[in-house]
Amino acid sequence: MSAAHVAGTSARRADGIAKVTGAARYAIDMSVPGMAHAIVVRSTRAHARITGIEREAAAAGPGVLRVVTGDDLLAAGFIPYYGHVVLDHPVLAIGRVRFHGEPVALVVAETRREAAEAAERVEVAYEELPAVIDASEALEPGAPILHETRGERVGDEGFDEGEGELGRNVCAIARVAWGDVDAAFARAHLVVEGEYRYPMLYGYAMEPYNALAFFDQGDLVVYSSAQHVYMVRRDLARMFHLPLARVRVIAPYVGGGYGTKSYTKVEGMTAAAAHFTRRPVKLDLSVEEAIHTTRSASAWIRARSAFTADGKLLAREFDIVMNSGAYTDNSPLVNSKTANRCFGPYRIPALRVVARSAFTNTVPASSLRGFGAPQGNIAGELQMDEAAAKLGIDPVELRLLNLLGPGEELLPGKRPLDADLRDDLRCLADALDWPGATLGHSIGLGISASDAGAYPTSTAAVRIHSDSSVTLFTGSTELGQGSRTVLAQIVAEELGVPLGAVSVVAGDTGVVTYERTTGASRTTTVTGRAVQEACRDARRRVRALAAAAFDAAVDSIEDTAGGIRAAGRDRSFGEVIERWFGAGGEVLGHGAVRRAEHFAKMPPFWEIGCTGLEISVDRETGIVDVHKLTTVGDVGFAINPALVHGQDAGAATMGLGAALREELVYEGTQLVNPNVVDYRVPRFGDLPDRMEHLLAERRDGSGPYGAKGAGEGAGNTVGAAVASALGRLLGAFPHELPATPERVWRLIRDAQAADQARDQPAGRGRDTPPDRTT
Amino acid sequence: MGAREIVLRLNGVERPVQVEDQALLIELVRGLGLVGTKQSCDAQVCGTCTVLLDGRPVSSCTTLAIEADGRRVETIEGVADGPALHPLQEAFIERFAFQCGYCTPGMIVSAKALLEERPEPDRDEVRRWMDGNICRCTGYETIVEAVLDAAERMRSTP
Repeated sequence: MSAAHVAGTSARRADGIAKVTGAARYAIDMSVPGMAHAIVVRSTRAHARITGIEREAAAAGPGVLRVVTGDDLLAAGFIPYYGHVVLDHPVLAIGRVRFHGEPVALVVAETRREAAEAAERVEVAYEELPAVIDASEALEPGAPILHETRGERVGDEGFDEGEGELGRNVCAIARVAWGDVDAAFARAHLVVEGEYRYPMLYGYAMEPYNALAFFDQGDLVVYSSAQHVYMVRRDLARMFHLPLARVRVIAPYVGGGYGTKSYTKVEGMTAAAAHFTRRPVKLDLSVEEAIHTTRSASAWIRARSAFTADGKLLAREFDIVMNSGAYTDNSPLVNSKTANRCFGPYRIPALRVVARSAFTNTVPASSLRGFGAPQGNIAGELQMDEAAAKLGIDPVELRLLNLLGPGEELLPGKRPLDADLRDDLRCLADALDWPGATLGHSIGLGISASDAGAYPTSTAAVRIHSDSSVTLFTGSTELGQGSRTVLAQIVAEELGVPLGAVSVVAGDTGVVTYERTTGASRTTTVTGRAVQEACRDARRRVRALAAAAFDAAVDSIEDTAGGIRAAGRDRSFGEVIERWFGAGGEVLGHGAVRRAEHFAKMPPFWEIGCTGLEISVDRETGIVDVHKLTTVGDVGFAINPALVHGQDAGAATMGLGAALREELVYEGTQLVNPNVVDYRVPRFGDLPDRMEHLLAERRDGSGPYGAKGAGEGAGNTVGAAVASALGRLLGAFPHELPATPERVWRLIRDAQAADQARDQPAGRGRDTPPDRTT
Repeated sequence: MGAREIVLRLNGVERPVQVEDQALLIELVRGLGLVGTKQSCDAQVCGTCTVLLDGRPVSSCTTLAIEADGRRVETIEGVADGPALHPLQEAFIERFAFQCGYCTPGMIVSAKALLEERPEPDRDEVRRWMDGNICRCTGYETIVEAVLDAAERMRSTP
């Protein structure tokens, strides 16, 4: 429509100047007059009954306004629990704590320092209960039980099958099955089997969770670091018995999300403090507290895969146990996504997956970038490499032989595959010079297709002003992904106005239109469609105005870039608007998408992961060096290629962190590394020598111009790719991530010991454990 | 709990301020409305809170405010020259060297100190100098490119 397309160009970020000058405002930067400050008192027990909270001494401290507990919320008649699936997460502990670090009370004072000093004087008496940290142990008979009754079910995410077996700490069960698995294994030429572990992670969004809450004439207003402002609004409205319209949740710029800021975190307790003190209250968590707020689920997977002699998959079986921590949060969805994402986009005649998510006395697990995919991928993709090694088939060829083609069904009844995975993989292998020629180096690569968990409820509004400039209203939050830029590009493309004439208002439930979440890579695809609809609606209205203003038949009016053509003359939007109103005025267009038409079939799109890397290992230290990292972004159409590259680079780097270094470690009942010193995320020094980001644009997505989501895929396959590269280099495939220097060093030693044992059959048997005396 | 008056040169302007003895430099600058300086790890690890003290990068989360007495403090708000962006800021925009932007003030301030000390750094020098600044969004490559780009611009336009 417009002569110069803006969709498909690497237009500069709309938030550029704000972010490089320090002018961008995040929730943590917000303040209002009369604001008080809160500090959380946290449990020092992993599992205990609270027998008393002594708050007099703290309440008498200088500047202290109030010490708030869970019982206060109960007594006030509020609903003191939250959760978007199951209402079981106490805003503040009620009678019992279920993990070390759980919020027990909130001290509110005039200053943060006064609140912190008083918090030291809150005495909580506990009667300790047995605790369980390991997920498999939690599922054993006789394990301590975390929840005797299930909280009220308020959402339908992820419960493939239910809520049975609560007596065994089962948070959720998901099953995927088809074909005759046992028969397929019985006739297999090769069966590969093993146990795999994926670590507990902390997303480390650099802005820790924070909120500022106050009541304004009975309306609750909350500034928050949340990704999903509308989800938080629902939780708060329920908690305080308020109509949705009287809760306003505002997320200005968000300092990193990656899923970790999905759903409610500290907003409920901050709002409760504002209620009880009748003051605006600000609560900023430290990083250590943020680590004690949300982590990702670790996974233990027992997997086996059956192959024919020529490498065709016959069957796969996965038994998965995930550690979901103390409360439900998003674990049912994470669990079912792990079940869906572990076996890979392959033609599998028979499949049996059972995933169980277990409650434990640990930090509650919830969303983190790509959830379920990286956890499952370590088993599913690595077994492709292990099988290739045993069958003597090239791992790329083995994948090509089994990959599903475009239009084929990966899950029965779901949207057929909207991607050409074989082509993506060939492209990746070529870019990495597979199989590689550098001595001492090894290439690992992998592929994944995730059923994007983006329920397609999305709305948008555009206002065309009397000078033809446009304001877009969207409930999608700018987390750094560039939503304001991409959505503005879509508006400019649809209406044919300059990008500089488009402004985006986002992330304020009191102002913008409804958006279900900002997650699962939905914004470009799903929100983008709603934005297109809003633009079309606005154009329809402009045509109607033009018909009246210029006395023309509506169907004689044509759309042009930036306006219409009526009675043989081009008119800008502004001219039409001003003519119709007489002076000033504007046109409002509304767009909505739902689970129908375009998005009738779930998932709304398949998110593709296609990443590989070239590594080497220092055999003395076990340190892995990454020489090259390549991503293929199969995004259908890159509305802003530079932003897609940014998503791919970021996701792949996060994947590298989990593959090589990151792991939350429990010793006893406490986290031993809840800080950025001991929990080591990637740094400049870890940057691969070369990064390359390729795009596969086939316009096969359901979003605008054939686009589909990005942002998770590139990280999903990195863990398995590292493990497979190590396996080919060292002769033994690591089954546990991260591949820390110590684990790699042990792997080298164990492989050497196995070699020696093979060379000296009269000596040690092959099963003898390696010497561990050094 | 003592308090005293100190005088610092904040982004080029002499400022007498009353500070408590135990107040941190980050609390001082953010308390003065310069909230571009961000807090994150509280442990001098992530570099998000970096400001320049007499031209040297420091973590303002672990520096006492009173240490700034009689010294020059530069925050992200002082990097641009009025509406004219610093070459680093321009390069960060052109190279897409940020996403959420939370670490960006610390990145730009650190990089500014680097380029003042080493106007022609190579890629490895940039990586080493910036190793104390964590970014969770970008994967770092675009930041390295932006710093190298800015160095070149600064050399060609003195």
